[in-house]
Amino acid sequence: MSCPLDSTQRLALRRLLESGLPLLPRPYQALAQQIGAQEQQVLAQLDQWQQQGLFRRLGLVLNHRALGFTANAMLVLDIPDALIDEVGQRLGREPQVSLCYQRPRRLPQWRYNLFCMVHGRQRERVEAQIAGLLERHQLSDLPYQLLFSTQAFKQCGGRFAPVGARPHG
Amino acid sequence: MDELDRRLINRLQLGLPLVPQPWQVLAEELGSSSEQLRERLQRLLDDGTLTRFGPMFDIERLGGAFTLAALKVPEARFEAVAAVLAAMPEVAHNYRREHPWNMWFVLGCASLEALNDALRRIEQGTGLTPLNLPKEQTYHVGLYFPV
Repeated sequence: MSCPLDSTQRLALRRLLESGLPLLPRPYQALAQQIGAQEQQVLAQLDQWQQQGLFRRLGLVLNHRALGFTANAMLVLDIPDALIDEVGQRLGREPQVSLCYQRPRRLPQWRYNLFCMVHGRQRERVEAQIAGLLERHQLSDLPYQLLFSTQAFKQCGGRFAPVGARPHG
Repeated sequence: MDELDRRLINRLQLGLPLVPQPWQVLAEELGSSSEQLRERLQRLLDDGTLTRFGPMFDIERLGGAFTLAALKVPEARFEAVAAVLAAMPEVAHNYRREHPWNMWFVLGCASLEALNDALRRIEQGTGLTPLNLPKEQTYHVGLYFPV
């Protein structure tokens, strides 16, 4: 068991990771050296943060548009409050739905309280997937709208994210 | 982008292993070398195919605040309003969508106060009132783009 990092080292490690993980054969050792710690201590800290949900993984942010995912729809639905948890969980289990959140209504301007993102390469296919989804879950009669993104003005690989909040487009 | 690039991207979307020599593990999985994989990844970052490699901290668990917001922007002013948002470091990304609420963006700030302040500045800077739609419940998060 290695001893845990102290709070100064933890903060320093988080700052270093804001610019991403170094592309080195032993990235955790390189980070450890910069904060005056051992590789094992850094690994243990990252493992702990991951288990606590501070980040999900040491992963990637893709420029999904550059990779051909240009048909990106935000499906918004007006679900009765009493049903929203059940419907949200059901839609969230659909493989095509990458993100599914409840958000507040803002009446009278905005009535929709359930948001699902569906990303794809072809618009017609995404539309058909969503139609099928609504049908299977008997939601076609409820008010809903499909908001396709048509242009990305800013997509940066930000330093922070709410769990999985990006990309939306 | 070739087959190895694709497999590397798909594999890294699942996360780099937390072991002393993570690239060795991936090299064995993908039938490549540690050095070659790092070179590939560097190139994909340099050419903009990927925008980041590393952990994304959950700002909400660190005491920060996030929201999804929208504006109803008159067509003639669309580019100008987009430029206002592009200049704000709090704006993580911004998309035009086919809807009367035609501009949708994510705001990330160190605190709820800072977030509300950013929304106020957007309103003052554009004369448009944003819809503020912070998430209330997460049902699913599973971003994965097979390439």
